[in-house]
Amino acid sequence: MYTQALDSPTPGVRPADSGDLTALERRFEERIERDEKIEPKDWMPQAYRHTLMRQISQHAHSEIVGMLPEGNWITRAPSLRRKAVLIAKVQDEGGHGMYLYSAAETLGIARAEMIEQLLDGRAKYSSIFNYPTLTWADIGAIGWLVDGAAIMNQIPICRCSYGPYARAMVRICKEESFHQRQGFEIMLALARGTPGQRAMAQDALDRWWWPSIMMFGPSDATSTHTAQSMRWRIKRFTNDELRQKFVDVTVPQAEFLGLKIPDPALRWDEATQHYLTGPIDWSEFKAVLQGNGPCNQERLQARRAAHERGLWVREAAAAYAAKHGGRGAQPRSASDTATARAEGSTP
Amino acid sequence: MSDDWPLFEVFIRARSGLEHKHVGSLHAADERMAIEHARDVYTRRQEGVSIWAVRSSQIVASDPEEAEALFEPARDKVYRHPTFYAIPEEVKNL
Repeated sequence: MYTQALDSPTPGVRPADSGDLTALERRFEERIERDEKIEPKDWMPQAYRHTLMRQISQHAHSEIVGMLPEGNWITRAPSLRRKAVLIAKVQDEGGHGMYLYSAAETLGIARAEMIEQLLDGRAKYSSIFNYPTLTWADIGAIGWLVDGAAIMNQIPICRCSYGPYARAMVRICKEESFHQRQGFEIMLALARGTPGQRAMAQDALDRWWWPSIMMFGPSDATSTHTAQSMRWRIKRFTNDELRQKFVDVTVPQAEFLGLKIPDPALRWDEATQHYLTGPIDWSEFKAVLQGNGPCNQERLQARRAAHERGLWVREAAAAYAAKHGGRGAQPRSASDTATARAEGSTP
Repeated sequence: MSDDWPLFEVFIRARSGLEHKHVGSLHAADERMAIEHARDVYTRRQEGVSIWAVRSSQIVASDPEEAEALFEPARDKVYRHPTFYAIPEEVKNL
């Protein structure tokens, strides 16, 4: 799924154009200017490092917490096919969290520290996952809208200036497309179903539409860090630009489904060739972000419980590793090891 | 704060005949678990037929600060490339 531009302040951010650049800073800016990738061992300004650490770890947390609303429906999926698909999707989200935690670690923060920040409530994650999944149609709406918004946001991050983040994002984007399509397929099945099923699909769209378009983060007018992130080529488009793209592609999809977007002010604007939405209720967004959404408590409790219940497993694995000198259980076939060894010596 | 399990770098061979390529990293308590986690994290869509996992602490890497000293000397040795040599067009098979 994805992180949103949360724009929490970075301490000690010095504007890049303050005219007070050291030689190292200047060389860094020039590399960015040439669209070179920055790699973990390269010199980078502290503010760049911290911005990325925050953004990538928030993104990772979003993937991990994002498993919860959908995991809620695995045991109640309406068919074995839907169930297998949903398990695969939720497993992907977990995998995406792993890629992203790894990318963040290259900046010099420990995985355990990031997990701790999430569990004690210091770290943010995408506000969208603090909404409940009340019906099966919500699983369709999440795939279609939430993953759709995520893809819109993530594709430009594939070109992010920080190499490990960009590479993680390429992998994630490749996998994300199935998520959106399976969601749309669920919506389509409901939209073509009984009147009750159509109503269920409409109800899910009604509840997920606004939170989905808020996923792109605050509007450009109030987003203080967008300019710096764009100069560093972490971001390639502003929040409003991405939101507009999402609205433009999604409105016709809703029309195809025969569902109504819950925005009475929504209209096609001939002059700009865009769909214009009504005003967004940012007070709701802020409230959810500050911990007052419908499921904030529940989500964090679920993460904490999983972490605590897994403690004995982690301890047992560490004890087992210590006992066996870090080798672990013997591979199933001794000849596999012999082959790996031989290859390792002549790469 | 609990300690992390050791970090491993993961290399995957996509198909037989290709080399193993670095795909990312992960934490595992031991070597066996590193292979099992690599399978779950990096090969959910038949991305590989073979996995190498190497403890990150065992990787020896060049320092970006030394990049110039290491790689610059090759820049002015264009005569190492076949296109450096002018051969008349009528000469074939060269």
